[in-house]
Order: sequence, then structure tokens, then C-alpha cells
Amino acid sequence: MTQWEAVIGLEVHTELKTATKLFCGCPNAFGFEPNTSVCPVCLGLPGSLPVLNAKAVELAIRVGSALSSRVQASQFHRKNYFYPDMPKDYQISQYDVPVNAGGAVVLRSGKVVGIVRAHLEEDTGKLVHKGGDGRIGGADYSLIDYNRSGVPLLEIVSEPDISSAEEAKEYVSELRAILVATGASDGRMEEGSLRVDANVSVRPVGSTELRTRVEIKNVNSLRSLGRAIGYEVERQISEYESGGSILQQTRHFDEASGKTLPLRAKEEANDYRYFPEPDLPPIAPLQAEIDRIVGELPLLPAGRRVRLFGLMPGASSDQVEVAVTEEVWPYVVAGIEIGVAPELVLARAANELAALVGNAGFLTPERFAEVVALEERFSPSQVKLLLKEAVSFDGTVDELVAKVGLSSSGAEDVRAMVGEVVEANPEEWRRFVAGDAKVAGFLLGQVMRKFGKAISGAQAKAALEELARGAAGL
Amino acid sequence: MTDGILTLDAGALSAAVRSGEVTAVEAVEAYLAQVAVQEPEVDAFLSLDADAAIAAAEAVDRARASGAALGPLAGVPVAFKDNLCTTAFPTTAASKILEGWVPPYNATVVDRVLAAGAIAIGKTNLDEFAMGSSTENSGYKITRNPHDLDRVPGGSSGGSAAVIASRMALLALGSDTGGSIRQPASLSGIVGLKPTYGRVSRYGLLAYASSLDQIGPMAATVKDAALMAEVIFGHDPMDATSLRAPIPALVNALMEGVTSFRVGLVSDLLEVASPAVASAVGRAAATLAQLGAKVETISIPELALGLPAYYVVAPAEASSNLARYDGVRYGFRGNGETAEEMMVASRSEGFGDEVKRRIMLGTYALSAGYYDAFYLRAQRVRSLVRTAFQEAYSRFDLLLSPTSPTTAFKIGERSEDPVEMYRSDVCTIPSNLSGDPAISVPFGDEDGLPIGVQLMGPALSEERLLRAAFALESARAEEGER
Ligand SMILES: [Zn+2]
Repeated sequence: MTQWEAVIGLEVHTELKTATKLFCGCPNAFGFEPNTSVCPVCLGLPGSLPVLNAKAVELAIRVGSALSSRVQASQFHRKNYFYPDMPKDYQISQYDVPVNAGGAVVLRSGKVVGIVRAHLEEDTGKLVHKGGDGRIGGADYSLIDYNRSGVPLLEIVSEPDISSAEEAKEYVSELRAILVATGASDGRMEEGSLRVDANVSVRPVGSTELRTRVEIKNVNSLRSLGRAIGYEVERQISEYESGGSILQQTRHFDEASGKTLPLRAKEEANDYRYFPEPDLPPIAPLQAEIDRIVGELPLLPAGRRVRLFGLMPGASSDQVEVAVTEEVWPYVVAGIEIGVAPELVLARAANELAALVGNAGFLTPERFAEVVALEERFSPSQVKLLLKEAVSFDGTVDELVAKVGLSSSGAEDVRAMVGEVVEANPEEWRRFVAGDAKVAGFLLGQVMRKFGKAISGAQAKAALEELARGAAGL
Repeated sequence: MTDGILTLDAGALSAAVRSGEVTAVEAVEAYLAQVAVQEPEVDAFLSLDADAAIAAAEAVDRARASGAALGPLAGVPVAFKDNLCTTAFPTTAASKILEGWVPPYNATVVDRVLAAGAIAIGKTNLDEFAMGSSTENSGYKITRNPHDLDRVPGGSSGGSAAVIASRMALLALGSDTGGSIRQPASLSGIVGLKPTYGRVSRYGLLAYASSLDQIGPMAATVKDAALMAEVIFGHDPMDATSLRAPIPALVNALMEGVTSFRVGLVSDLLEVASPAVASAVGRAAATLAQLGAKVETISIPELALGLPAYYVVAPAEASSNLARYDGVRYGFRGNGETAEEMMVASRSEGFGDEVKRRIMLGTYALSAGYYDAFYLRAQRVRSLVRTAFQEAYSRFDLLLSPTSPTTAFKIGERSEDPVEMYRSDVCTIPSNLSGDPAISVPFGDEDGLPIGVQLMGPALSEERLLRAAFALESARAEEGER
């Protein structure tokens, strides 16, 4: 029986995080009242002209550099087709000379997925179908919101290097992390700022042929992407195995049934009649400009992993994955930079902190570092408590400690506190010094009962053992 | 003074309004009286608003009374080609598909002209979407040549040309994609300047062929054209193809003459002209030589390739530029059960034949399998023309040719033969392909029908063109006096 493998290429559209749209001054924002963030340019009114937003080009170059693309002089083209959500009935996009050519994404597994191109284009408006079956063909009427029209998009096209649904998800989440790290996108799939189309075909294992591919449009979550590809691969395999063939088609993923379904009854060959956009001069970034942008690139997730495993070869990869995320990483860096043990930083960052970010209030990376550094003096549970309290506490770290009711205790103080307990329990102390380890628990219990708010168990144990060594040596 | 208002040029009228010798209201009323007489015969306007013009003139007079400084076009009546966006008038490009559409914004040129104190009289007729050479392709009406009402005023800016020729306004704006300012200027006996591509912002010009379109002044005299050019030239951040070059003092340079100018008389373009036109151009060459220019004949065979290249590039861009007229957002909407049917109906019923012809030509030229043979090849021809011009301009400061091969033709004479009509632009198209400036200035007539000669120059040479045109105009005036 034939063994099959999937051949998958992904087209990821991401909205770029610019203040204004790609060709006009309208705010690039989500959630406005319909048709309020519009002007003659993004409505494509007769006579209006596009003027390129330099910030969008800079973000595109940042992403290209992060993907190791060749950043090049580029040009806009017009992609001509009629659709009601497209106010000019052509889309300004890039064609044979995109701003970024080539490149790669290295997945966590080490697999390399090639990038064909990452090019700039404008987004379309949004159709809302009302009444009937809610789809364009069967709705009673449709409304158009042009707020999204002209929002800058970067389309990142991968090589068909992806061979499973799982790998596709891994690719998208790695790409998403890169987009967020470079500041190009907020990466929110649910708000449509990241949209994925998948080109899927299958072939017998060992073959290098490329069979007819099916395009699955606009899958809006990682989970759906996995399900859609999984279904489509199985469908194609069973079609071939039953002697059938695959039509070149565009399909959409139906969340409810978990199936992909043809988008149109009849597939028309599209001829977009691309030609150079005469209203926009070519983009020719200077090498110095590209160098500046590359120089300003932050450490990317892959580099962050390398750094953490370099410091801690045995680190848990689950913890590392949390630590390299955009929200958590600045805390990790702050902790390591003030000299706290990396293992400690990683543990607190991946657990307690990860639960707090997004709503961290006064818990800045610097404050996180200060608090985690206290773990030399306080118990882990005390430090966790301090982290939680730090979110809503506006003051110095000493004031925070005082507020929580912990007093800062040096080794001297700890020895004095332990000494007090030892004096009060001479019999147990004698047995402990003589080597009866069982009474250690009792003595420490006494210490913690009396001084537990001020010192940690580890500190108490260390002081007790130190005192015992001193006594035995006498 | 008010009796002589119609004899003043724009500079003089504006000076009189600034000094208070004439009020803006008097000026506008004099021109509106002229409109009342001429417009029923000439039919040059698609929209007119006398009340608004009077109100605008009153505002200028009030501003003067309050001591405000008035602009260089204070009180000067102007007309705008109806493919320029205006909030005060509908903007239709003479197409049924935009009937009644009032833009929410003014074209940059319109804002600049109004800010200079000019008074808008109305919007002028054109060939639909500026596609044509006679203004017969208007979706609304036929405009007549004031010199002979049975003849066309030229096109596509025929309305603006006829308005100036019949003195219904003192200045007008036109647009020139393949000769649409210069050819009607020639046929109607006025001055028309097509500036360097990028000199004048296209923001608010309903695009026909974006890489060729350029807005320019149309006026009765070279000096008026220069005055209006100074107002509309200059960088506009709303147009990415707009140039940042400084604006020369054009009016002040006019008197500087043509001595030391090297002028090339383009023999290839003389050969396509009627005997009367060719002889007028010959006399213009002789006049320039008399005035101290060094005139030589030059052959630039590549210019003949301009016409076919233009009729690929312009329709290709037009097929895309005109896609937005789909009935969804504004303008005429046809009936249909589905969005697609509605779009097809809107476009089938809303566009006229010539527009549909060019959309089809352009769509074909850009289609898969034909792109290389048509669009790409036309672009290569375009660079040939550009290179040929560059070579010529390395030897000459200016080139001289006919503007149009013939004088004004009869209404209906060429409308059944598109290719014959297309030939009307053979002399003007090359400068659009190269993006260089060119001007048409009246120089003689044939049986009372005006003849224009064309001066062409390299990029940003408008000052030179205007000086040479002024020299020809002055020489003709002296001849007339003798
Ligand atoms: Zn806008």
C-alpha cells in the first residue's frame, strides 16, 4: 500500500502595526465604528492618489531581515479584479520584485522552512452579509466596512516545505513570534491581524512530484489550521486511493463539521493583469537605512532560546518556550542582567510571572529582578507572595517587603533567631548536635513558628547546621 | 474701466482688483454677461453657477475692504475641466457613470487656484474621461469651436479651450494625456501648456492614464498661461509622483527673448501636417531665427512610434483606473440580481463607446499571454522615444513642430473612424511618453481657422518654452499691427 506525505505551503497575511494606513493618513486601528476611519484615498474615490507610508516599509524590512530575506529595491503593482470590498477594484500589491525575497524560518525542531517572499500590500474592506444564509451568494443584502481598506499587510509566502498539520502549526507560531518580536504585528489571529491560507497537496513518500494543490482560505486560529489541513490531507489521500483525482480548488474550512468545502461551485481562472503601479515610484531603500534597521532588530525567539540553553544546558524546554515569549522575555533579561541565578529567574518567569503578565501593573521587569534576587534571603513561597503583591504595590522593594510583613534578615539575624530557639530547647539541641537528625524537624518547626515571617526555612536550616557544626567542633 | 474688463489679461485684471480700480464682482459680472451670450452657441460648460461666482467675488471684495492681501489671481474668472474634483460643482468627467457626483474634496490645483483669489465660473466639457480629440465623446453634449460653430474645438479639453476662445473665462485648467491641452488650444486659437510630468499635482484629477496625465493652464495669452503656471506648479505631498523642483519666476522671464536658443525643427512631424499647418510652422521657425535663435532641422524617426505605443499604454492604465466605476459606492448604478450583475449593468450602461473601446483594448494588452507583446513592448518603445528626445535635447534647447496636423475639423467628420481620430495626437503624444513639457501657441490661421505651433523642451524647461512662445506671440501681434 502507498505511503503518502503532505506537501504544504502557507501564505500568512499579517497586518502591520503602523499608526496610519499604507497609503493615507487614516488611523490603522481595530474596532472603530464602520466607515469612520476612511478618506478619499482609502475609499478609492475618483482622483485620489496613494502615498506610501514609510513606517510600513521599515516594518517590512525588519521582518525580512528577521527571516534572513534579501531586502531589495522593490516596486508596487496593481492586481486587477472586481470585488465590492475593494474600492478601486484593484489591489496595490507587490509582484515580481517584492521588498523581501527568499529567507527561512527555523522551527523549534530544527527543521528549516524556506520563505519565497514577504511583500507589502493593502488590505481590502470587509463585507458583512446579512439575512439569508449569511454567505455572499445567499444573503439578502451585504454591508461594506472600509475601515480595513488600505491597512498595510505583509504577505509571507513559504516554500512547500511543510509536511504535516502539526508542522504547519509550529511554523505559524514561530513566524508569529518573530512578527511580534520585531514589532511588526500584534499577531492576534482572532482579530484577523494574522490570517493564514494553506496550499495543500499530497504525494507518495519518496516522490518529488508536486500534485494538484488545493488552497484553504482564511483559517482563523492555529487549532483550525491543524484541523483543516488534517482533514484535507486525509481527503486527498482517500480520493487518490479510490482512483479519483483532485481538482485545483479554493476551499474553506467549516468549523462546525470539521471539513473543508469548495468555496465556489465553478472555479474560474483568474487573470489579475498585474502591471507596475504608475502612481507610486519604486521603493529603493539605501543600504545604510537597511543596515540601521537590521542593527535595531531585537534578539529573536530563536536567539533567545540559544541564549537560555547556553546558560542552562539542562533547562526545561517547556519553561524556555514560556520565557522566550514577547511578554515574558524582558523579565528574564532583567533578572539575568542583575546577576540572579538563571535557573531561579527561569523558574519564576515561566511559572509565577507568566501567570501575571498581561496584567502586571507595577511589576516591571526591574521590579521582578529585584524581588527574585530576594530569594537568597526569603523562601520561595515568600518570593511568590512578593511577586503577586508587587503587581498592585507602588513603592520601593523594601517598602514592599515591609508591607507584606516580611523583614529583611541577614545571616547574623538568622543565627541569632535560631540561637534563641536552641537555648530554649537544650535537650533537643544536645541530641541534634550528637547526630540525631530526627530532631532537626522539631527545632526548625520551632524556629518557623516564631520567626517564619522574617526568615525562610532554607535559611533556618542552614543556620541550624552551621551552629551544630560549631558546637561539635568545640 | 468696467467696459474694458473683457480686454484685460489675467495679470492686469487681478492688479485692477487688488488696486480697487475694478471690483471682483464687476469682473465676474462682465464675464457672466459674456457667458449668457456665448454659452448657448458654444455649449462649453457642464456646470455653471453664477450665484456662487458672484458670492465668491463678493468675498474677494470684502477681503480687500478689510485690508487683507489678495492673491495673484484675485477676481479672475476661471473654469475647470470637469475631470478635476470640486466640492462646489459636480464632477463627472463628462461620463454618465458619474452623473451628479459631487466630490467631498477639491483637487490640489483647484485649491491653489481658488486660494490665489480666482473665481470659479463652472466646469467644462470634455471627451468622456478625457478620451478623445474633439470633445464629441462627451456623455452630455457637443461643444462647438467659437471660430466656426460647425467645427470641433479639439479635445479632450475642448470645453476649456472653447471657454477661453469665447472669453467666457480668462483662465482655464485642462489635462493632457496625449495632447488634450495642446491640441484643443491649437484648434481653438489659444495657449495651452503641458508641464513636465510631476510639476503639477495630479491629486484630484480623475485618472485616465496615470503615467501620462498632467494638468496645465489654458489661456488667451502666453503671459496668462505663465501666471497660472506659477500658481499651480510645486510639490504636493498628496501626489507621490509630484516633483520637488523649485518654481521659476515664469512671468518675469517672458521678455528675456530667444537669442542663443538652439531650436530644432522636427521634420518628421512637419511631414504629417497639412500644407497650411506646415507652412505656419515654417514661418514660426523663420521668426525665431530672426529673433536670434539658431534654427536647424532635425529628424527624430522614433517619434512616429509614439502613437501606437500610446494606444497600448494609455488604455492599459485606463482599464485599471476606470475599474472603480462599478456602481457600488457612487455614481450611476445599473440593475442586477447579484453584485456582479449590478457591476456589469452599471458599466455597460454608464460608459460611452470610446471609453469601453479603450477599456477593452487595455484589458487585452495586459492579459496573460499578451502582456509581453503589447504592454511590455509599448514600454520599450516609450524608452526609445525618451532616449531619442534626450539625444535631441543634448543638441537643442527646444524643438518646434505642429501641434495638430490640421486645423479644426467638422463635427462628425472623424467620429466614425477612431484610428483617424487617434492620428490627431501624433505630434503631441511623444512629450507625454517622455514626460517632458510642451506648449501650443497660436501662429497664423487657415481661412479663419487657428493654427497652433508646438514647442517642446526637456524636463523642467517650462521657462524656456514660455519665453519662446511669448516671442512668437509678440511677433504675430506686431505683424498684425503692421
Ligand atoms: Zn484613508
